[in-house]
Amino acid sequence: MIRYFIPVALFAVLVVLLALGIHQAPRKDLVPSPLIGKPAPSFSLPSLSDPGKQVSTAALRGHWYLFNVWGTWCVSCHIEEPELLAIARTGVVPLIGLDWKDSRRQAIAYLQAKGNPYQQIAFDPGGLEAIHWGVYGAPETFLVNPQGIIVYKYIGPITPRAWARDFLPRLPAAPAVSGS
Amino acid sequence: MMRAGLRSGALAAVLLLAAPFAHAIAPTRMPTPALEVRYERLIHGFRCMQCQDESLANSPVSLAADMRRQIRQMLLAGATDQQIRNFFVSRYGYFILFKPPFVLKTAWLWLAPVVLLATGALSAAWVIRRRAALAARDDNDEDESLDDGLAGPGKHT
Repeated sequence: MIRYFIPVALFAVLVVLLALGIHQAPRKDLVPSPLIGKPAPSFSLPSLSDPGKQVSTAALRGHWYLFNVWGTWCVSCHIEEPELLAIARTGVVPLIGLDWKDSRRQAIAYLQAKGNPYQQIAFDPGGLEAIHWGVYGAPETFLVNPQGIIVYKYIGPITPRAWARDFLPRLPAAPAVSGS
Repeated sequence: MMRAGLRSGALAAVLLLAAPFAHAIAPTRMPTPALEVRYERLIHGFRCMQCQDESLANSPVSLAADMRRQIRQMLLAGATDQQIRNFFVSRYGYFILFKPPFVLKTAWLWLAPVVLLATGALSAAWVIRRRAALAARDDNDEDESLDDGLAGPGKHT
């Protein structure tokens, strides 16, 4: 009797395997980052607005921050910009920008026109810093905790839904939200 | 003389203009042939993370160019192939390698074909032996029926 179920069981296993394959195939654009749970790459890069100043991870230690990789050439970043401004207005967590493979003049003009959600922006025209963070597209956003550990990575433009679902629960209870 | 000079000048200008396009995808030359070979092998072994079915060697996107530049600089700085692979794997995961290594996380990937093949071979062997046994039993039955004298004349085994 059991032997009649063996082919059926094998077939079921195959179906599950193929279903998993089909289900995961479209997620090929969301490659999981091996950096989650690891220390954020340490860097010291010139500031976008003031080349004489440096933006460094050492100075960011001790508080939560969002590390957002963007560029004026990146269409999805334009879509994301209003949400970043909204996040900045809540004051829950500061935004640190990495202006990736961009022109300084264009980036400054862009922020002046659209508004600047970032507390600091590191300028990475050569693109090496983005490689250190395992970035392969823009926008990408990393949530870094006070110990300098990458807690979460989000690929693509942050939507209000993604912010509420994926970022807020990972952040400590924020006084700006829970307070009077 | 003047004409020849002009002509070679024009030729030089054309060659100079064409030079950037001659190696549009991987515009590089390593200082030694050995390094060149390693560089070529490395850039063919990494996946372009943007156009994911192409290697760094074949990808025209600028991220791939940045990665090739990084590989070149690491090679020139004396890094081993393994160090360069580790550099990218620690940042992008095994997904960036076209040939993933045999580690615990990827073991199923490498072993699954062997396991499937073995399962297939074993079940085939099992079925064949069972059929053979059944056939042998049928033959015995026929032999017995022959003995019983029930089989028609002229039928052998």
